[in-house]
Amino acid sequence: MSYIFLQNYWWCLISLLGGLLVFLMFVQGANLHLVNPRLTAIEKSMVVNSTGRKWELAFTTLVTFGGAFFASFPLFYSTSFGGAYWVWILLLITFVFQAVSYEFLNKKDNLLGTKGFQIALVANGFLAPFVVGVAVGTFFTGSDFVVNKMAILDSTAPVISTWGSAWRGLEALASPHAVLLGLTLVCLTAILGALYIINNVQDDALEEKMRKAIRIFSVPFLVFFLSWAGILLVREGYAVNEDGMVFMEAYKYLHNLLAMPAVLVMLLIGVVGVLLGLWAGAFTRSRYGIWTAGIGTVLVVMAVFFTAGFNGTAYYPSSTDLQSSLTIANSSSSEFTLLVMSCVSLLIPFVLAYIIYAWRAMDKTKITQEEIENTVHKY
Amino acid sequence: MDVLLWSRLQFAMTAAYHWLFVPLTLGLALAIAVMETLYVVKKDDYWKKTTQFWMKLFAINFAVGIATGIILEFEFGTNWSNYSWFVGDIFGAPLAIEGILAFFMEATFFAVMFFGWEKVSKRFHLISTWLTGIGASISAYWILVANSWMQHPVGTTFNPDTVRSEMASVDAFWEVITNPVAVSKFIHSVTSGWVTGGVFVVGVSCYYLMRKRNVEFARKSAFVGAAVAMAGTMAVMLSGDISGVHAAEYQPMKLAAAEGLEDGGRRAPFSIIPGVEIPGMLSILATHDIDGYVPGINDIINGYTDNEGNVIPSVEEKMEKGRTALAALEEYRTLKDTDPDAASIARSVLEENVQYMGYGYLESPEDVIPPVDMVYWSFRVMVGGGMFIALVLLLVLWFGYKNRIGEIKWLHYLAFLSVPLVYLTGQAGWIVAEVGRQPWTIQGLLPVNVATSSVSAAAVQTTFFLFLTIFALFLIIEIRIMINAIKKGPEVE
Repeated sequence: MSYIFLQNYWWCLISLLGGLLVFLMFVQGANLHLVNPRLTAIEKSMVVNSTGRKWELAFTTLVTFGGAFFASFPLFYSTSFGGAYWVWILLLITFVFQAVSYEFLNKKDNLLGTKGFQIALVANGFLAPFVVGVAVGTFFTGSDFVVNKMAILDSTAPVISTWGSAWRGLEALASPHAVLLGLTLVCLTAILGALYIINNVQDDALEEKMRKAIRIFSVPFLVFFLSWAGILLVREGYAVNEDGMVFMEAYKYLHNLLAMPAVLVMLLIGVVGVLLGLWAGAFTRSRYGIWTAGIGTVLVVMAVFFTAGFNGTAYYPSSTDLQSSLTIANSSSSEFTLLVMSCVSLLIPFVLAYIIYAWRAMDKTKITQEEIENTVHKY
Repeated sequence: MDVLLWSRLQFAMTAAYHWLFVPLTLGLALAIAVMETLYVVKKDDYWKKTTQFWMKLFAINFAVGIATGIILEFEFGTNWSNYSWFVGDIFGAPLAIEGILAFFMEATFFAVMFFGWEKVSKRFHLISTWLTGIGASISAYWILVANSWMQHPVGTTFNPDTVRSEMASVDAFWEVITNPVAVSKFIHSVTSGWVTGGVFVVGVSCYYLMRKRNVEFARKSAFVGAAVAMAGTMAVMLSGDISGVHAAEYQPMKLAAAEGLEDGGRRAPFSIIPGVEIPGMLSILATHDIDGYVPGINDIINGYTDNEGNVIPSVEEKMEKGRTALAALEEYRTLKDTDPDAASIARSVLEENVQYMGYGYLESPEDVIPPVDMVYWSFRVMVGGGMFIALVLLLVLWFGYKNRIGEIKWLHYLAFLSVPLVYLTGQAGWIVAEVGRQPWTIQGLLPVNVATSSVSAAAVQTTFFLFLTIFALFLIIEIRIMINAIKKGPEVE
């Protein structure tokens, strides 16, 4: 296995983890529906208990996504996390609150009350997909940073990656293209969340409300997604030549899709999967829309990551200093680290297998009002 | 205060806070797994209800542990960005593997363990409970591999082209994961978790005994808790001894600070408190030989000859070599495209001196001395607290065995008092380990002032107080909920 193969393999794994993360953010999306005033208290409790049995998977995927990015592309980790400080801190705080919210939600003496922790779940439901979306959006718009490895020789200012904007990543909110991806993810996860509740909870009234929610979220989702994708296809992109020099190329991302037909097909199949799931949730009685939409989501996200990183593209471009842009080649770990981690990654199918086994065992019987009213093992 | 100090304070606060929850997770996981096994083997519903009670407390604690773990992961990037680049090639791998191998196991089987009582078979449930605990322990191993590598950076090679430390071969990875410091630290940390979990169970049980309620439950739980904690205590002592030898070998300054040893030598004394010493004891503990040489702070500053006859240079000499390495690195990078011969010479000079490169950033030899008083007293709190707890556990086991645990009131108070003490002991242990290695992020390679991000002090100050507020809020809620659950008590008598 060559170094280049290993680098590309890890970009594929990062893309897969990214795809799984966005899919599993159905947890966040479902919690967003807690703001729906038509939901009764018991329906909200069913939603919380349904997502409460899966939130740790989404959370763990986020942690693993971060850990894997750190391990395989450490220059991204140091540049983006150390630079876009407020973006990552914001994401962190919403997840920290989410992690305790389930356990604290209905406990006496929780200081903030049930309402307080419901608000925390809703805030995470909006902010998590939004921030992740905007952050991935900057893969195409570029960010304001410089990488200078010689800086490590300067003991008074030894940091090799420096961020230009005092807004520390929040300046991405001024980029309509990046914001569009954030809003797309908010709507997509809200739809996935509703599809998951339809699948996981046996309750006619709640099901109807979720189907209606899907219909409501579909319109902005399609508007945001198509706008984002349209702009992506016509915008200039950050290309890299064989010597590693970065330059601007018109229609770069359109060129990438045309140059990589497999990725284009993947993207189209993914989009069709999401649309089929959406249709099944909005206009049929099917409970399985989550699976087509879920698989579709994973495929679309992977295709987006492939478009950002493959075919001679800088996946984390610097708009300030083009040559500081991060590419798969210049930001990855060493060959041996990637090789060792690749061996470990062969266990991923085993991990997926026991997750699926446990998931099926736990979800054989759907959540019902009766269960939530009677069981003591609930949030 | 500057950004470095705020970054250190923030990371120290997060790590210390995280360690309030992790040991209880590790220890209670084992205790409830033992209890559930008793339920499945004995087919006795009594143990099922007992397990469920402790599991409820486990869950309250578990959530905050997870919430704070992710903060540490993020802070490596947000506050220690140079560190992330410099060592991400080695340090990142254990983190990623921890996620793949351990976190998913914990997350998946925790859900089955907590919600699956009526949904899955008894056997699958029991396996899930064990796997949750095993997942937590595997997680501990990988994060401690990462931490131990910072204390004793094996298997690493500095690459001047990428300006970072790298894993140069697959063997190097093997060296990293079998790092002797990692093995002893893992045993020490995980089994100290067993002590915490066990003492927690004993303490809460003794609360019921004091109140003369749920007596049967409390007697049985106290015995299981004490057994788990005692097993942990023995392993903690054994691994602590090995950790001492490792510190002497790889981080002599940490050991010197922990002992307040200014001038070392052979037959070095062990300080109990200032002015009270056991002659020769430190040499025995650190080298397993009464005539073993243990360097003091001044010896390390001025240079010494170790037990194998190696001459260890003075810090001033190491600083000089470090500056030579940094200059050679600059020369190599400047010339590598224009003058390959000169670059090659510069590279040789760099390779000769690279092991001291981190010293090139120091301003004075005294920079290598950690805060001695803090390390010295923390060490005493750790050891003293541990011995007190071991004594209490022995008494609980003895009176439990004699079936008299319900009658010995003073022991109930002692056991109850041991709960805060076990937390204090654990925190003190980590202060010894982490403050004792200052100023190094990576021992000898990367001092803390070169490891930070280029964020402003004001930004880190803001997040420090933000996290402080969140942590305080969560801790207050956690304790209130825990107390409520304990007061409510189990469903069995």
